[in-house]
Amino acid sequence: MEKQQNMPTNTPAKRRVLGPCSHILVAANTGSWRMERPQVDEEACIRCGICSKYCPTACITVNKEGCPLEFDWHYCKGCGICANECPRQALSMIPEGSGE
Amino acid sequence: MGIKMFDGNGAAVEAIRLARPGVIAAYPITPQSSIAEHLADAVAEGAIKAEYIRVESEHSAMSISIGAQLTGVRVATATASVGLALMHEVCGVAAGCRVPIVMPVVNRSLVAPWSLWCDHSDTMAERDTGWLQFYASTVQEILDLQLCAYRISEHEDVMIPSMVCFDGFYLSHSMQRVDTPSDEEAWDFVKPYVKKNMYLDTKDVMFINDLCPTVEHTEMKYQQMMGFQSAAQVSDEIFEEYEKRFGRKLQQVEAYRLEDAEVAVVTIGSMSGTGKYVVEQLREKGIKAGLLRICMFRPFPDRKIHEALKNIPVIGVIDRSCGLGGAQGPVCSEVKAAMYGESSKIYGYIGGIAGRDISDGSFRKIFNELLKIKDGKADTVSTWFDVEENAMNIREVETNANV
Repeated sequence: MEKQQNMPTNTPAKRRVLGPCSHILVAANTGSWRMERPQVDEEACIRCGICSKYCPTACITVNKEGCPLEFDWHYCKGCGICANECPRQALSMIPEGSGE
Repeated sequence: MGIKMFDGNGAAVEAIRLARPGVIAAYPITPQSSIAEHLADAVAEGAIKAEYIRVESEHSAMSISIGAQLTGVRVATATASVGLALMHEVCGVAAGCRVPIVMPVVNRSLVAPWSLWCDHSDTMAERDTGWLQFYASTVQEILDLQLCAYRISEHEDVMIPSMVCFDGFYLSHSMQRVDTPSDEEAWDFVKPYVKKNMYLDTKDVMFINDLCPTVEHTEMKYQQMMGFQSAAQVSDEIFEEYEKRFGRKLQQVEAYRLEDAEVAVVTIGSMSGTGKYVVEQLREKGIKAGLLRICMFRPFPDRKIHEALKNIPVIGVIDRSCGLGGAQGPVCSEVKAAMYGESSKIYGYIGGIAGRDISDGSFRKIFNELLKIKDGKADTVSTWFDVEENAMNIREVETNANV
């Protein structure tokens, strides 16, 4: 698994800057903290999006068709808030490394 | 060019208008209020094409000014006294992020006791924040210094914000004739704002003012110090250009009849005119008196002060703030440091606090004391030259407690 996502911006040339600034934006790979991960019951899920609204890393995408939920595993830290908030108990937390 | 009538605040607003700011964020505070009001009028009437943001405090005013100027426009704000104190934290951000904001500051005493009136305790408390400081002595000079401050602050070798300080009520509310450049002449001098160094641009993303580790902090302060060193040089150049264009001489320090002086006072701000008047009176009596006015306090022009005062045996330095707990008032401490190694006797004076007038009588008293020292008839001065004798007994209250 990647440790960090480097996202250099498209600056064409380098220049000196005085004072505190940073030009390379990095986000901590919170997915590496995960001990458990959410698994969706596709039959029970009604695509209401409540899990997505509560997700602290905003890493759940709700699809209108097909598989109802997609998780961004770089950032899902396995906190379980989505499973807790789901009104249909369609999400369950399973140990990291198990399942598919 | 034309002659217009302005009070000090009006002159500051005129200078801001001539510099064409794109964003204005100001919070009214006595005696600065009419700056905030006139800027709002100017925006409403279309005389300034700017976004006027009504903020809830000076802390927000400065925060918005920094953010706005980083996007690449000139901004305008102004404050005084406790408003400046509330800005203190964010003033450091403007300086450290090298955002060249130019801000008029109308000098008013800091609390407590509550006061609306002039002294320099507000800006002297900001003297090490990393801002350039200019102290005007006339309404004309407010306009002149402010136009120059844009050029000095925004110079690529400087990139340091400026406070243009002027005495509350003495200057802010007194009407004077002000020789004002036309819009075109002023614009040709001030020039459009060009974003440099750090800026906010969605096409060239930059995070500004991040947490900076110990391994870089000293270096960034060193960068600021180098900016101040350049500012000393750049301000001389800009003042010279201003004189060529508009015919008015501006100086970091102004020497007045110092060539052959035996006693001299060092002044700052609006008291200087009264001081010069008394110097003239003394000269008519054959007394060799002189005066040095400090116009630029940051960066402190120590070499110029040394050069101007080195041959003068007795010098009095007047501070318009108390410098509580200090060896001297802030101006005197720095003048003494600048004069290190010279044999001149230097005495600090403190007065004119919270609107107490520094009159011609005050200057005569100070010069008399300095002359006595010169003649060997005294060896101390009355440092707090205008304090009342009953200072420790001015209020009495009735009490019901058994004391």
